[in-house]
Amino acid sequence: MQAFLKGPSSISTKPPAAKEKGAAGAAGSSGEGKKLKPIPWVEKYRPKNVDEVAFQDEVVAVLKKSLEGADLPNLLFYGPPGTGKTSTILAAARELYGPELFRQRVLELNASDERGIQVIREKVKSFAQLTASGSRSDGKVCPPFKIVILDEADSMTSAAQAALRRTMEKESKTTRFCLICNYISRIIEPLTSRCSKFRFKPLSDKIQQQRLLEVSEKEHVKISSEAVSYLVKVSEGDLRKAITFLQSATRLMGGKEITEKIVTEIAGVIPKETTDELLSVCQSGSFEKLETLAKNLINEGYAVAQLVNQLHDTVVESEDYSDKQKSVIVEKLAEVDKCLADGADEFLQLMSLCALVMQQLTQNI
Amino acid sequence: MSLWADKYRPGSLGRLDYHREQAAQLRNLVQCGDFPHLLVYGPSGAGKKTRIMCLLRELYGAGVEKLRIEHQSITAPSKKKIEISTIASNYHLEVNPSDAGNNDRVVIQELLKTVAQSQQLETSTQRDFKVVLLTEVDKLTKDAQHALRRTMEKYMATCRLILCCNSMSKIIGPIQSRCLAVRVPAPSIEDICHVLSSVCKKEGLTLPQELAQRLAEKSGRNLRKALLMCESCRVQQYPFTADQDIPEMDWEVYLRETANAIVGQQTPQRLLEVRGRLYELLTHCIPPEIIMKGLLTELLNNCDGQLKGEVAQMAAFYEHRLQLGSKAIYHLEAFVAKFMAIYKKFMEEGLDDMMF
Ligand SMILES: Nc1ncnc2c1ncn2[C@@H]1O[C@H](COP(=O)(O)OP(=O)(O)OP(=O)(O)O)[C@@H](O)[C@H]1O
Ligand SMILES: Nc1ncnc2c1ncn2[C@@H]1O[C@H](COP(=O)(O)OP(=O)(O)OP(=O)(O)O)[C@@H](O)[C@H]1O
Ligand SMILES: [Mg+2]
Ligand SMILES: [Mg+2]
Repeated sequence: MQAFLKGPSSISTKPPAAKEKGAAGAAGSSGEGKKLKPIPWVEKYRPKNVDEVAFQDEVVAVLKKSLEGADLPNLLFYGPPGTGKTSTILAAARELYGPELFRQRVLELNASDERGIQVIREKVKSFAQLTASGSRSDGKVCPPFKIVILDEADSMTSAAQAALRRTMEKESKTTRFCLICNYISRIIEPLTSRCSKFRFKPLSDKIQQQRLLEVSEKEHVKISSEAVSYLVKVSEGDLRKAITFLQSATRLMGGKEITEKIVTEIAGVIPKETTDELLSVCQSGSFEKLETLAKNLINEGYAVAQLVNQLHDTVVESEDYSDKQKSVIVEKLAEVDKCLADGADEFLQLMSLCALVMQQLTQNI
Repeated sequence: MSLWADKYRPGSLGRLDYHREQAAQLRNLVQCGDFPHLLVYGPSGAGKKTRIMCLLRELYGAGVEKLRIEHQSITAPSKKKIEISTIASNYHLEVNPSDAGNNDRVVIQELLKTVAQSQQLETSTQRDFKVVLLTEVDKLTKDAQHALRRTMEKYMATCRLILCCNSMSKIIGPIQSRCLAVRVPAPSIEDICHVLSSVCKKEGLTLPQELAQRLAEKSGRNLRKALLMCESCRVQQYPFTADQDIPEMDWEVYLRETANAIVGQQTPQRLLEVRGRLYELLTHCIPPEIIMKGLLTELLNNCDGQLKGEVAQMAAFYEHRLQLGSKAIYHLEAFVAKFMAIYKKFMEEGLDDMMF
C-alpha cells in the first residue's frame, strides 16, 4: 500500500487505526495517496529531534541527559514566539517514547483545549494514574513516567493554575509536567517554583542566517546573502517568522530573486521616508499637516504598533534630540504600546503620540 | 436589484482594478499549495474581503461561489449552547467568531477543530486542505486569540486559515508570528475615480471627472463608501453635474451637529443635551470609537494650534479607557466634559489677553 509510504505525517489527533483506514481508502479510490501533502515550510522544518533544536543549548543538554536515562524534572519553558519551545518538548517526547507509545504517554493540552479547574483535576488525574512501564515495543528502554505538556500556559486562569499545583504534587511519581508560556510573570509562583525554568532566547542573527541558508538550499530559493541578513533583521529573533517570510517571499516572487522590497512589504515595515516625514512634520509644528499625514498612514494600512517599534529605534539613536526630549518621547511610546495592546484605537493613539512629539520638538529647544 | 458595491465586485484576481502587482503576487503565492496562513489587514472599504474571495476562487475554481448560509449550534464544554451563522462552500467556511461575543473562544475551539479534523469532503478537489476564513479577528478576545495558536499549527496540513482585520495592532504577537501578513492599503483617490468611472460606464451613465474626484475625496479613500455615495447621487439627480450635492449619512450629519453644539456653549445644560445625542448615536449602533474619532476631527477644526495637541491626547486617553470599561457613554461624556472645561478656560484667557 502506497499510503503507508507517505511517511509519518505531523501529529494527528486521530487514533492510528482510523487514520490508516482513511488513508487506505483515499489511495484506493483516487490513486493519489502517494502525493505528499504540501505543508508550509515552518512545519516541514520543525525539529524532529532535540539535536535539531538550534540555539537553546542549556535545555537541550538537560533533555539529552534524560534521553540517556536520567530522570526529568518538571519543566517550564518561557520566551517569545517562534523560539522553539513547543518544538523542543515535542521532539524530546517523540525521542523518548517512539512514535507508538507517544500517544499513550504524552498528553498535550494547549489554549485551544478546555482547561478549567475541572479538566485539570479530572483529565490530568486520570491520565496520570494509568501506569507506565519502562520499555517500548521495539525493545528500547523508555522512562517509566508520562509527560503532560501544558502549552500556552499563560492563558490559563490562576484558579486552574492553583488546581494544577496539587495535581502536580500528587502525581509526581508517574508524571512529569512541562509548562510553556511567553510570559513567565503570568504563571503563579507556586508553579514556577516547582519547575526547572528555561528561558528560550530570541535566536541570534548568526544562527537564524544559517538556518535560512539551509532551507534556501533545500528549497532552491534564489536569495542574496544581503537579503538573508535583512530577513533576519526584520524577524527579530523569531525563527518561525523568518522561515515564513522566506517562504512567502519566494512564493510571491514566483521564482524570481527575493528583493529587499518584498521583504519590507511582508514584514509590514514602514518605509524610512515615511517615518522621517512624520518626524519632520512634528518638528514643523503644523498640526493640520500632521493630521493629514496620520490619516494617510492609517489609510495605507500600516500598524501603529509597528510605527512605535520603529520610532523607538530612531528616537533613541538620534543625535537631534536632547536626553530630556528622548525620555519624554520614549515614555509616551511605552504608553501607546500598552494602550494598543489593550485594544485602543490606532488612529487616536497615533494622533496622541504625534501631538506629544510635536510638543517636545517645538517647545523647549 | 443589488447595490453597485456588490454588483460590481471583481470576481477574480485578474479583474482587480488596483494594487495589481499585489494581485499578481498573490496568484504566485497560491500556485504551490504550501503557502502559510494569511492575515489580511487594512482599513475599512479597502477591498480586503474582495481580494480574499478572489484568492479562494483562484484556489478552488468557481465552486467557492456556491455559498450556503448555515446556522450552527455549538455546545460549550459548560453545556451552554451557542448559536452562530457561517457561510460555506464545499471548500471553505467563513465565520465571524466575534458574533458570539464573549463566547468567541468556544467558537474557535469547537468549530475550527471539527472542520480541521474532518477529512476533505470531495476527493475531486485539486487541494488537500480546506480554508477557514475568520473575519474581524481584531475584535476577538485575547482568550480566543490564544485558543487559535496551537490549532493553527496542528492542523496546517488539512486546514489553512485566512484571518481578516482592520487593526493589526490588536492581534497578539504569537498569531502574527504564525501568519503571512498581507497589507491591503486603501485605494488612492485616483484608483477610486477610476473604479467609479468604470462602474458608471457599465451602468450606461456618464460621470463627470470633477464629481468623481469629489466623491473619492469625500469618501476618505473608502471605496465602498464612494460607491454608495455615487449611487445615491444617481438616485438624487441624473444627468450628473460636477457640483451637485453629495448626500451624507444621517449619523454623520448628526455627529457634526453634536460637535458644533459642544463648541457653541460650555454649560452643564449643554453637556446634558450632548449626552442625549451621544446616547442616540450609540443606540443606532455607531461604534463608540467611530464617535470619538468623528468628534475629534470636528473639534480640532475649532481649536487653536496649542489646544489641538492637548485635545488629541485627551481623545486617545478617554477612548483607551472606553475599551477597558464596560459602558461607552461614561467615557464619551467624560471626554466632552473635559473638552468643555479646557476650551472654556482657553477662550476666557484669550479674552483676558485681549482686554489688557
Ligand atoms: N530553536 C529552534 N530550532 C529550530 N527551529 C526552530 C527553533 N525555534 C523555532 N523554530 C522554527 O519555528 C517554528 C515554530 O517553533 P515553535 O512552535 O517551537 O515555537 P514556540 O517557541 O513554541 O512559539 P510560540 O510561543 O509562538 O508557541 C518551528 O516549526 C521551527 O521551524
Ligand atoms: N479591486 C477592486 N476593484 C474594484 N472594486 C473593488 C475592488 N476591491 C473592492 N472593490 C469594491 O469595494 C468595496 C469594498 O470592498 P470589500 O468589502 O472587499 O472591503 P473590505 O476591505 O473587506 O472592507 P471592511 O473592512 O469594511 O469589511 C466592495 O463593494 C467592492 O465592490
Ligand atoms: Mg508554541
Ligand atoms: Mg470586509
